[in-house]
Amino acid sequence: MNPLLEVTGLDVDFDGRAAVRDVCLTLERGEVLGLVGESGSGKSATALAILGLLPGNAAVRGSVRLDGSELVGAGERELTRIRGSRVAMVFQDPLSAFTPVYRIGDQIAEAVRAHRDVPREQARSRAVELLDLVGIPEPALRARAFPHEFSGGMRQRAMIAMAMAAEPDLILADEPTTALDVTIQAQILDVLRAAQRATGAAVLLVSHDLGVIAGLADRVAVMREGRVVEQGTATEVFDRPRAPYTRQLLAAVPRIDTPRRPRPATGEPVLTVRGLTRTFPVHTGTVVRRRSGTVYAVDGVDLDVRRGETLALVGESGSGKSTTLFELLELTAPEGGSVELFGQRLGTLGRAEARALRRRIQIVFQDPMASLDPRMPVGDIIAEPLRAQGADRAVIARRVPALLAQVGLEPAHADRFPHEFSGGQRQRVGIARALSVEPELLVLDEPLSALDVSVQAEVLELLRRLKEELGLAYLLVSHDLAVVRNIADRVSVVYLGRTVEAGPVDEVFARPRHPYTQALLSAVPVPDPTRERHRTRILLPGDPPSPTRRYDGCRFRARCPLQADLTVDERKRCAHEVPEFEGDGAACHFARAREVL
Amino acid sequence: MTTDTRTPETVAAPSGRSTLVLRRFARNRSALAGAVVLVLLFVLAFAGPYLTPWSYSHVDYGALRSAPSAEHWWGTNRIGQDVFAQTVRGLQKSLVIGLLVAVLATGLASLVGACAGYFGGWTDRLAMFFVDLLLVFPSFLVIAIVSPRLRSAGWIAFVGLLTVFAWMITARVVRSMTLSLKEREFVRAARYMGVGPFRIIWRHVLPNVASFLIIDATIQVGGAVMSETALSYFGFGVQPPDVSLGTLIASGTGAAVTYPWMFFFAAGLLVVFVLAVNLVGDGLRDALDPTAKGAAR
Amino acid sequence: MMLQQEDWTISCVPFYLVKRLGYHAVLLLAAVCLSYLLASLALDPRAYYEGRQPPLSPSAVDHHLTALGVNDHQPLRDRFLHWADRAFLHGDLGETIDGTPVDAEFGRRIGVSLRLLLAGTVLGTVAGVLLGAWTAVRQYRPSDRAVTLASFALLSTPVFLLAVLLKTGAIWFNQATGTDLIQFTGERSPGADGGLWTALKDRSVHLLLPTLSVALFSVASYSRYQRSTMLDVLGSDYLRTARAKGLGRRAVLLRHGLRTALIPMSTYFSYGFLALFTGATFTETIFGWHGMGEWFVNSIGKNDVNSVVAVNVFAAVTVLLSGFLADLLHAALDPRIRRAAS
Repeated sequence: MNPLLEVTGLDVDFDGRAAVRDVCLTLERGEVLGLVGESGSGKSATALAILGLLPGNAAVRGSVRLDGSELVGAGERELTRIRGSRVAMVFQDPLSAFTPVYRIGDQIAEAVRAHRDVPREQARSRAVELLDLVGIPEPALRARAFPHEFSGGMRQRAMIAMAMAAEPDLILADEPTTALDVTIQAQILDVLRAAQRATGAAVLLVSHDLGVIAGLADRVAVMREGRVVEQGTATEVFDRPRAPYTRQLLAAVPRIDTPRRPRPATGEPVLTVRGLTRTFPVHTGTVVRRRSGTVYAVDGVDLDVRRGETLALVGESGSGKSTTLFELLELTAPEGGSVELFGQRLGTLGRAEARALRRRIQIVFQDPMASLDPRMPVGDIIAEPLRAQGADRAVIARRVPALLAQVGLEPAHADRFPHEFSGGQRQRVGIARALSVEPELLVLDEPLSALDVSVQAEVLELLRRLKEELGLAYLLVSHDLAVVRNIADRVSVVYLGRTVEAGPVDEVFARPRHPYTQALLSAVPVPDPTRERHRTRILLPGDPPSPTRRYDGCRFRARCPLQADLTVDERKRCAHEVPEFEGDGAACHFARAREVL
Repeated sequence: MTTDTRTPETVAAPSGRSTLVLRRFARNRSALAGAVVLVLLFVLAFAGPYLTPWSYSHVDYGALRSAPSAEHWWGTNRIGQDVFAQTVRGLQKSLVIGLLVAVLATGLASLVGACAGYFGGWTDRLAMFFVDLLLVFPSFLVIAIVSPRLRSAGWIAFVGLLTVFAWMITARVVRSMTLSLKEREFVRAARYMGVGPFRIIWRHVLPNVASFLIIDATIQVGGAVMSETALSYFGFGVQPPDVSLGTLIASGTGAAVTYPWMFFFAAGLLVVFVLAVNLVGDGLRDALDPTAKGAAR
Repeated sequence: MMLQQEDWTISCVPFYLVKRLGYHAVLLLAAVCLSYLLASLALDPRAYYEGRQPPLSPSAVDHHLTALGVNDHQPLRDRFLHWADRAFLHGDLGETIDGTPVDAEFGRRIGVSLRLLLAGTVLGTVAGVLLGAWTAVRQYRPSDRAVTLASFALLSTPVFLLAVLLKTGAIWFNQATGTDLIQFTGERSPGADGGLWTALKDRSVHLLLPTLSVALFSVASYSRYQRSTMLDVLGSDYLRTARAKGLGRRAVLLRHGLRTALIPMSTYFSYGFLALFTGATFTETIFGWHGMGEWFVNSIGKNDVNSVVAVNVFAAVTVLLSGFLADLLHAALDPRIRRAAS
């Protein structure tokens, strides 16, 4: 019997540039094949080529056989018949993957009706069933919602429901969880597994995340620069990689489960934050604006950073970590709580003092492309903080080449523009800019999340080196707990704008005490198929609640896995009494350590 | 006139980028043709008067409504003025008015739009109310009302009037672009490094809307010439004895069928000019837009 | 369409639109007042009376001017207050310089202008949208290039030039066929009588060229805009999703592509009306329609302040109304706006 999918000698060119070269893959019924690689490796192009979904400037050669019938070169009619019915697709960014003007339920019903001649009403009720199947609460109601009214996790569930609509033999999942937070990612991977079991479909899972692949894939193919460099069962590839690139990749991935002894902090405090709050008004109407609510973006954050220390601020999107950073960097009085920078209280500073303070605290942004002005040569970009501090030309001319060298770039490249550099190099430019005025505290806002794994490792190394050489303190914001474990000395976890746990990184990771920290850590996939499949995962139900509400008592209790085991009185306490956070430890009435890694 | 050196498409962009844009522009054949036509029109408008012995206002009583000949290349009109001399003079006026209005209106629009977007609050609200107010009047009506009063001030005042009513939509677009730029990390970065607001607008905001501004300026050129022509048609614009393409077309319209040379040379040049500017603008848009050709992942 | 928009929650729309309407009312008020002041300052009705044959005595001129409320010997403030009192409290826009009521003239001409604009706008918009979407799908093919070039040529032609060309073409056509099939002067043939059918036919024959000259510009500009918004949508992820679902090409392009690409068009629609109104001034004058545009040109020539202001009021109301309709359309097309506003 034929394998379900057989790809042989697949080549894809975009405008004559090679993107995929000689890719051979086979997929048996019910099997999960993980296709892993860094950006530009051609993994997505391979998946899209299977269904003939590449844009018009792509040329495809080779053979793709589905159950023995050839798809490369097949007519649009033939492909349309196969798409959705025998092979379905789950895309990366579920917001842009749904047509914004139609209801979710209608879009799923459309997929049902595309291949089966059923009346509209029946297709709609099938859509509701499917939404129920992927775990969307109140499916009949939610089917009537528009895509923008869904959260990212819900949209991805709906996307999977749509893929299941015609019970396909094969689901192509292209980075299905990349845009999501870890706890949501854990939910979606669970749904994907369930969907696969329910339909018996084979899955081609495309991902850059080795942990995700390790948890789901039976077999793994590693791609690099358009070619498959290694293929085998998951355990073979992860435990005994043969290709040098695979070994390199596995070595570069920061592991959340490797213990590291952080240095105990000894220096004087450079940053002390107590009970920081920040709210934003919610406006409606475009002309006559009316305030209709409040977002409690930051609602009680405490931080302590000492000289030469790295503090990681950890939380999911919407938890208020970036807002916290931006509040600090405004150097003005916070809306609530207190901020002390280098012993000076914000809000009491004059202009000159604020300016002097600007020199001592600098920031590196998440997306190096977005944070560098595309119309400015990098020399000017690096010199900007110096100019703002009033440095003269001679100093600038001397400092810029030195800074470029310091971050490992060619000093002669100062007159190039940002787009002429790679992602990792751009992030180095961002770091050089921050270092130009010799700050003492560097704020790092997700500095690695836009980078590929192997580049991440290099930048991580650079940050480590600079910290040694210059005695810098880092305030690192990250959602990537593996990175945090690799660089931070201390960690502080925020949930819904409030600090819930803090402590030395090895302590918190080994013995988390707050149930949220436990869930967060358990959701991080580990690039080790054997361990990954035997871990107990604490799945949090639903999405984080809306920050536009104030909550009585513990704000985590609606999703808290401990609630089930509590007595009525204990639950009452959670509902009415806000758990206090004092220094290190967990803000939980019933905190108890639990190993989850 | 020296304004011809300030054609919008020569506005400087950073060197690496501009060569790239130029290369992409040169590859676009229709845009390149438009640019060549523009240059030729300028040559015609400014060298033309020296080629012919006739001046645009001179009346040759010996040749009324005479057809094109060796004497009068493009014929004469009903009072015996040389059509070539007049058309070239009119072209000159229309080219200059078009370019001046485009440059001034785009400048005004970027200033108001960027400030409204960057500062927000009441600055924004006031600026936008003003923009809406100007948009509510059809500009044509206001110019028509006011321009007879400004007759003595000549065509410069007319340029001013056209400018006042040409910048609003551009300003709205610049404002919304500024709003999104303001949230971009590189602007935030500059702010956290202590760079002042006007410096940020000048160094970060304006360069990043420059591509839109350049294209918009080319569109404004066409728009201004068309407005001038339209107003002159009703006698509200350039006043006799001076001529523009608009006044020439207006006076020749009645004779379009019987004495076509009085009408079709001016009309043809006008259409060619605006078409060339549009082609250049369209080519620039494609050349400046890095996503014009779908980039592959 | 299979996907239905049937019962989008109407209840949340009004508040947003009422606010919008309020803003428009403020704008309208300011625009009308400004246009009165502007017209009073710039126009010189005295010159009109002084230039009369036979000449009027200075006191007679003053008498006429005072009766109209445009005597420049009275302070502008008084004239304005007097005018505003009549206009806003009684809906009376005064008299024309020839002494007839402005309101009556207004009522007579508004229908003429609307008949002209409405047919042209509707036809031009629909054709422009379809043509734009079609050329976007055929980007860079010969048909796309041909349409692009043709629409640029059209946009580079002043309205009156196009009208004259159309007229010339019609004369040629009539001569060639030896008929007078195409009529291009006025709204209907003078003295033509007969049944309803004949009248209707007569009117539509007269409507042909003016409508065409209005519509052609809309087709040219809307097809440009629609082409670029459609191109944006063609590369989008959700079209890929729609294809991945197994929908046919037609369904993907029309139901998902064009439907979404229509949303930004509503903005262009409100701005487009501005240009259209200006164009109508020419169309009316050239084809001899006695509408608002012709009135405007004539009254500026006569220094007729009250009439000029009346046309400005009409223009401002039309522009705001079309902006309001564009808002409604936007809300109807885009669910994101509806909910955000509620």
